[in-house]
Amino acid sequence: MTMTADACVWMYAVTAGDGSVPGDVAGVGGGPVRAVRADGLVAIVGDVAAEEFGAGALRRNLEDLDWLERTARAHHGVIEAAAEAGPVVPMQLATVCTSDAAVAATLRERAADLREALGRAAAGQEWGVKAYQDDEPPVASRDDRPGKEGASGASGSSGPPGPGAAYLLRRRAQLTAQRDARELALASAQAVHDSLTGLALSSRLYPPQSPDLTGRKQRMVLNAAYLVADGRASEFAAAVEDLAGRHPAVRLVLTGPWPPYSFVADSPRDSFVADSQQAAQP
Amino acid sequence: MTSQNSGARRDLAIRGERIALVDLLDRVLAGGVVIAGDVTLSIAEVDLVTVSLRALVTSISALEDSWKAGR
Repeated sequence: MTMTADACVWMYAVTAGDGSVPGDVAGVGGGPVRAVRADGLVAIVGDVAAEEFGAGALRRNLEDLDWLERTARAHHGVIEAAAEAGPVVPMQLATVCTSDAAVAATLRERAADLREALGRAAAGQEWGVKAYQDDEPPVASRDDRPGKEGASGASGSSGPPGPGAAYLLRRRAQLTAQRDARELALASAQAVHDSLTGLALSSRLYPPQSPDLTGRKQRMVLNAAYLVADGRASEFAAAVEDLAGRHPAVRLVLTGPWPPYSFVADSPRDSFVADSQQAAQP
Repeated sequence: MTSQNSGARRDLAIRGERIALVDLLDRVLAGGVVIAGDVTLSIAEVDLVTVSLRALVTSISALEDSWKAGR
């Protein structure tokens, strides 16, 4: 394979030496996918245009959510196709090398880490569980919002103090109810996480997703990934179902199976994840 | 907003079903192996800088506070 100055090499995943390369899947940028082999490991890679995926362009393009979505889906598509053939160690999005030789050098340099990660990837599948705080209690009805109340109260400055005081009382009760609901949802999320962690080989907490991105008004109170041994997937799914029934304060959403994105890094490099785990696990 | 699953997904996701972008971004941006070396760019250099990535982490402190408060 000859490299031109205009091409970069995008890395999707690393598999064991006997892993096959998915043949019929289009990679990032639409191009084909191929293998770079070194030290008994196979990197699944594809050529991408430097003008779109080189350092400067990549930085700009990552700002573009549509571009990011296309790229992330293509990246994931190749990884998922590769995972059909055997354990894979996914690369973080936008791992770009300048040449096949650089990819091979990286494989050799990180061989021990990558083999260890392949071992973890072979142990099970990743499942995602998110918990949303269930809808606010009915006490927080729309009629209690200060907008309406304020408008009628402001119309008569010399009017009786009754409505204002009543509003404040209602508002206080509403805030108490909201706080209670929040605490109940958090306690439920913690209990769900503890139970599922007990069934999993490993777990990892992600930050809750912003409502702007989920499109849900409900607040997310748990965003976790679990590495579940292959033989226990249905047991895990049944446990999620059971926990959903026992914790009505939260709505649970199960996703997966995923390639083991969350369990291949040799050390936690996201301080927020480490912090969250410390906070979550006494 | 970009495409999202609007309906509740209480049941098992089926392989091949369109994955929610946020779930995917959690994993491809914060998961996976990070390889440095001859890499032209590591996402570690950009995260928290870009608009789209920042949107993903806005509620980090909220989560930390939540978990700690729940202790």
